[in-house]
Amino acid sequence: MSERRDLEIIADLVPAGSRVLDLGCGTGELLAHLRDHKGCTGYGIELDDANVLACVQRGIDVIQLNLEDGLALFDDHSFDVVLQLDTLQHLRKTENMLRETARVGRIGIVSFPNFAHWANRLHVLQGRMPITRALPYQWYDTPNIRVGTYADFELLAQRCGLAVTDSFGLQGGEVVRWWPNLRASVAVFRFGQR
Amino acid sequence: MPSLGSVTAQQMHFSDPLPLRSGATLPAYDLCFETYGTLNAERSNAVLVCHALNASHHVAGLNEQGQAGWWDNLVGPGKPLDTARYFVIGVNNLGSCFGSTGPMHINPETGRVWGADFPVLTVEDWVDAQVRLVQRLGIAQLAAVLGGSLGGMQALAWTLRHPDKLRHCLAVATAPNLSAQNIAFNEVARRAIVTDPDFQGGHFYAHGVVPQRGLRVARMIGHITYLAEDAMETKFGRELKAEELAYTTQGVEFQIESYLRHQGDKFSAYFDANTYLLITRALDYFDPARDHGGSLTRAFEGARGNQFLLVSFTTDWRFAPARSREIVKALVDNRIAVSYAEIDAPHGHDAFLLEDPRYHGVMRAYFERIAQEFAA
Repeated sequence: MSERRDLEIIADLVPAGSRVLDLGCGTGELLAHLRDHKGCTGYGIELDDANVLACVQRGIDVIQLNLEDGLALFDDHSFDVVLQLDTLQHLRKTENMLRETARVGRIGIVSFPNFAHWANRLHVLQGRMPITRALPYQWYDTPNIRVGTYADFELLAQRCGLAVTDSFGLQGGEVVRWWPNLRASVAVFRFGQR
Repeated sequence: MPSLGSVTAQQMHFSDPLPLRSGATLPAYDLCFETYGTLNAERSNAVLVCHALNASHHVAGLNEQGQAGWWDNLVGPGKPLDTARYFVIGVNNLGSCFGSTGPMHINPETGRVWGADFPVLTVEDWVDAQVRLVQRLGIAQLAAVLGGSLGGMQALAWTLRHPDKLRHCLAVATAPNLSAQNIAFNEVARRAIVTDPDFQGGHFYAHGVVPQRGLRVARMIGHITYLAEDAMETKFGRELKAEELAYTTQGVEFQIESYLRHQGDKFSAYFDANTYLLITRALDYFDPARDHGGSLTRAFEGARGNQFLLVSFTTDWRFAPARSREIVKALVDNRIAVSYAEIDAPHGHDAFLLEDPRYHGVMRAYFERIAQEFAA
């Protein structure tokens, strides 16, 4: 189960006892894991009705918000960690969201599908948009409105004044530190504010 | 869905004077209430349900007149607030006209009907009276206090004034205070009542009349604000009452007029004019931030041990989602446990009384989570 492994790898980046804000928390699986195994507290943010319900059923505190409206609800540095996992690619105001993440949390952790993964490159070389585990949608029917690469994010992080403290790729439930832009389907960045 | 079946209201007398926020004191009073379900041995499964403007202690089941309670779709066996697990209390607020002490009753100090002299009440006063009722029922701490609209304000006030006497607060379609527009609507309603010649300065009981015209108009304006514009358009549009226009300025031409007049007539036949004034004023006065230098965040400092569920409805323009988000922000600032659901429902403010699978799903899930605390 590489998804389960991915979740554990991300959870390892979160210090025990942290106050966590999970942007786009889905069904609250990671927050529940952090609560049960690392004594973390905090909230999930979610837009989807079914996911909000799933969080309440799980006993996770969830706040139903559209992230495109920003994080005005949260004061500067009011969380130890702000997570933004597999969410960035769905947001129109990507740059704003990154700056907000860095404003609200002392540590930001972002993950997103890496478009430069070799499998994707192969699809594009054949003249077609990729359809893979990390990017499972047809080009005309995808919620991913921002597709970027591991290398692209490094530049955006610099532009947003983020101090990247760790970054790696994820592939098949394993951490990829050697040529992640080519070898990993998912990119992970941990950063603070400069 | 199964209902509770027939339920019976109870009365409880309180002879300890109740100090009110205005500085006045209510010398003695009765509260009318109903209970459903069974209090467990640990007395840990009690939920208080607070009512809004025109509702009462009759929350669920069928009363002696065979009328279903105002939140019967939410409260009962197998319903989101499941009476098979919870002991549920519905209480009629002071100043209301459904059995608890109100302006239509005798002032023991004068021997005359209170009328307009009934002391002005606040949400906090209601909550203080509810606290005494809960104590007398032998419950030291409620599992939850639940309310919608004005009832939601009471649920919030419980956490602000008596945070150790409840664990969870469920506040639906509510606000941290009324906006200028809200107060404006209330004032129009009050002026309609007060300027009705039959109001007699609030002492109409002695004259054997009721200011029904004023009450009708008050209800009509209130009703408009409970509905979303789109929902009203869908339900009524420009539909005519008769087949052809009659070109009359005073008769009913449109279905919406007919509907509002019908609602006004119904309401004016059972609701008390002084109660309407008192309850709308309690709404106007509610403003916990005002007691804390204008900071809602500071107002909730004392509620750090409580857990919250807030629910709002996208088309509710009377208590809009943005107002609930203000409360969420104040709770988050205090690191208080809160979940917030914004339900995309077309019915406006009235949505909190209606059955919606997403809304009731969240309510059910939250009550199941609370039940795990005392079932364990």
